[in-house]
Amino acid sequence: MTKNRVRPTGPIGSDGVINQEPKKRQELADYMSGLNLGDDRDRNRGFLIQCLHKAQELFGYLPESVQLFVADRLGLHLSEVYGVISFYSYFTTVPVGRYRINVCMGTACFVRGADRVLEEFKRHLGIDDGETSENGKFSLGGLRCVGACSLAPVVMVNDKVYGNVAPDKVPDIINDCQ
Amino acid sequence: MIENAKHLREHALELGMRQAKGPRTRILVSMGTCGIAADTEPVLAALREEISRRDLQDVFEVVETGCMGLCHSEPSIEVVDGVEGTMTLYGNVVPGQAAAIIEAGPYEAAGVEVLERTWYCPENEENTNGALQARVVLRNSGRIDPENLDSYLIAGGYQGLARALTEMSPEEVGGEVRESGLRGRGGGGFPTGMKWGFAAARKARDKFVVCNADEGDPGAFMDRAVLEGDPHCVLEAMAIAGYAVGASQGIIYIRAEYPLAIKRLRKAIEQARENGFLGSGIMGGKFSFDIDIKYGAGAFVCGEETALIHSIEGHRGEPTFKPPFPAVSGLWKAPTVVNNVETFANVPAIIRRGADWFKQIGLPECTGTKVFALAGKVSKVGLVEVPMGATLHDIVYGVGGGIRDGREFKAVQTGGPSGGCLKADHLQTPITYETLRALDSMMGSGGMIVMDSDDCMVNVAKFFLDFTLDESCGKCTPCRIGNKRLHEMLTEVCAGRGTQETLAKLKNLSHTIKDTALCGLGQTSPNPVLSTMLQFEDEYREHIEDKKCRAGVCRHLISYVINDDCVGCTLCARNCPVDCISGQRREKHEIDQDKCIKCGVCHSLCKFHAIDKR
Ligand SMILES: Cc1cc2nc3c(=O)[nH]c(=O)nc-3n(C[C@H](O)[C@H](O)[C@H](O)COP(=O)(O)O)c2cc1C
Ligand code: FES
Repeated sequence: MTKNRVRPTGPIGSDGVINQEPKKRQELADYMSGLNLGDDRDRNRGFLIQCLHKAQELFGYLPESVQLFVADRLGLHLSEVYGVISFYSYFTTVPVGRYRINVCMGTACFVRGADRVLEEFKRHLGIDDGETSENGKFSLGGLRCVGACSLAPVVMVNDKVYGNVAPDKVPDIINDCQ
Repeated sequence: MIENAKHLREHALELGMRQAKGPRTRILVSMGTCGIAADTEPVLAALREEISRRDLQDVFEVVETGCMGLCHSEPSIEVVDGVEGTMTLYGNVVPGQAAAIIEAGPYEAAGVEVLERTWYCPENEENTNGALQARVVLRNSGRIDPENLDSYLIAGGYQGLARALTEMSPEEVGGEVRESGLRGRGGGGFPTGMKWGFAAARKARDKFVVCNADEGDPGAFMDRAVLEGDPHCVLEAMAIAGYAVGASQGIIYIRAEYPLAIKRLRKAIEQARENGFLGSGIMGGKFSFDIDIKYGAGAFVCGEETALIHSIEGHRGEPTFKPPFPAVSGLWKAPTVVNNVETFANVPAIIRRGADWFKQIGLPECTGTKVFALAGKVSKVGLVEVPMGATLHDIVYGVGGGIRDGREFKAVQTGGPSGGCLKADHLQTPITYETLRALDSMMGSGGMIVMDSDDCMVNVAKFFLDFTLDESCGKCTPCRIGNKRLHEMLTEVCAGRGTQETLAKLKNLSHTIKDTALCGLGQTSPNPVLSTMLQFEDEYREHIEDKKCRAGVCRHLISYVINDDCVGCTLCARNCPVDCISGQRREKHEIDQDKCIKCGVCHSLCKFHAIDKR
């Protein structure tokens, strides 16, 4: 899915998010020292993706300071870490909204009109696929088959699944996000 | 700790007897992702409450299982009575029916929807009883508690591994799998025994067994069902593979989007370690094997085996040229066997029952079964496992109950973004890897999407290209740029701006991409285009020559018009998102064609069929 790749201004890592949340920083550090890290950079790299998963779970996204922290501990370059983050659509370098609205774009949902549902969300929220609303409340995106094809078209809001979503149900779902 | 094969058999027998002495009736509740999404939890709670309210804990046991494959009727439950030997399947159960179900016990409860059982299990049942489905891969899914090791052991779990370790040499295990004719279920259909043979023949300090649980086809969920419903089966198979090829480390690469499957796998690995089925000295013998889980991060191309290996190594998941094949040089340059979840799920039964038993299922040249995730416009969406050689008709009409709302069948798409479409002429073709390929489609991993006359085939091809564009890793030019151009041309066709030349170019470029792309993603990405152009040429022509989309999907080619049946109820005008409908109350309304965004809301809302789609 498309995503925002604009680098924040300022020196690398100056967002400082990693130090604003000492508890999360500590948890990430503990998690990483629990791994079987050694001197071999290549073997250490094998832990990179799981570390990024952990970091995103803790911080909600992966700002540069967090990327730097992970890179340093694994003995990797920031560029290598960033290269991995930008490759995988699961990782995000910008904060996401409190309500993550994801329209299933799997084939089963598509043939039952998921694209029209996505259009309706775009129109109502005024944001595009992959964007977050300015007040930080909503993020909109698509995802692949959530395995509830019998309920197609399916929309997920955070962990909640809405089934049989016709375009005219879109406002109700948005109203549910309170 | 299980000490040896004999100990395992005795232990399983004892567990079985203990279960037989326990509550006589077991209520199996389908708690896969789809079941949970369909609100099964309140039903589960109501059943439990009803049982304890009547103090019947000694009679009824409620078991949370994986997916039964009956997604169309979730919440679904099965009542299995140990004394009467009956099995009753209920669908669309609501919490209020709990009392009736408990009341009826082994008999069919009145007022609750009873479902027909369309499968049999070749391993436990002699007779097919006319069932279209044969469940080998899904034999435990929906029947055992996936979070309870004992439940798996009672069903014969880990006996394949025990047999391999105690009665067979590694070569014999590989030979048995080769003899069974098992082929890869991840899409390619490569003979599994042969792949294992390559890795076994290599001399290396480290070797790896990797389970591909990346399930990328958008509209397929077979692997997830197996992992959620029968995780130990995959672990057992991986250990068997490890023994056959001489590997001591296994890795499951699973997509992060499958939290429930991950949770159950983790739990299963822990249980297996505690009980001596994984770890050092498995079942008191010399063979050691352990399994780690690695997570994907949302990249379809990581399902391709070389890309998957790079992803495990912590790189960008870009594929590399083969050869060398992973079985020769894979993870960290060591020989690596990569198999799909469903492929693995066949292995324990093959070792337990032998290759000859397995070969009886399916066709001689294409043995075993295939699981399909049947979805789209079919009445009964769900998981289907049929013997190889079953026909599309068996699946769509026999198991799937035909097309929803009595509409007309148009096509079936198999193989996801790498596959193609089959049409009504092909309903009677027996399904095998070869027959599907001969029809320019492919088996793929098992997604099967049914389409009816409301689906525009040009638009479907465009949908799959949308997907490919999103997922192309960008490493090779044909895939990165070629697919973009294909997509643009299809957009032109859908907008009514295509010409004969566009069609010729589409075909030409598709072949070029197929011939020159680096990996399987690019080499197969034009398939949906080529296949729809071949099977539905007339629809492409209509878009170009008549500027018409017969399915009424391509927005630029349709318009909504209000006819004389309009009573002026104002419902459409009130719901039009762009306020382009005008008219007085109780008078015929009108749509402003320039403002209309063709969202179709009015058409679907109108109770008087007063809005025509042209
Ligand atoms: C673009 C692409 C995507 C793939 N996705 C998957 C997948 O999601 N799951 C899978 O098991 N195999 C997938 N494969 C096939 C694997 O490369 C590999 O052939 C398979 O895991 C081998 O296992 P098998 O022999 O048991 O089928 C994909 C291949 C390609 C080219
Ligand atoms: S395609 Fe949307 S849930 Fe499967």
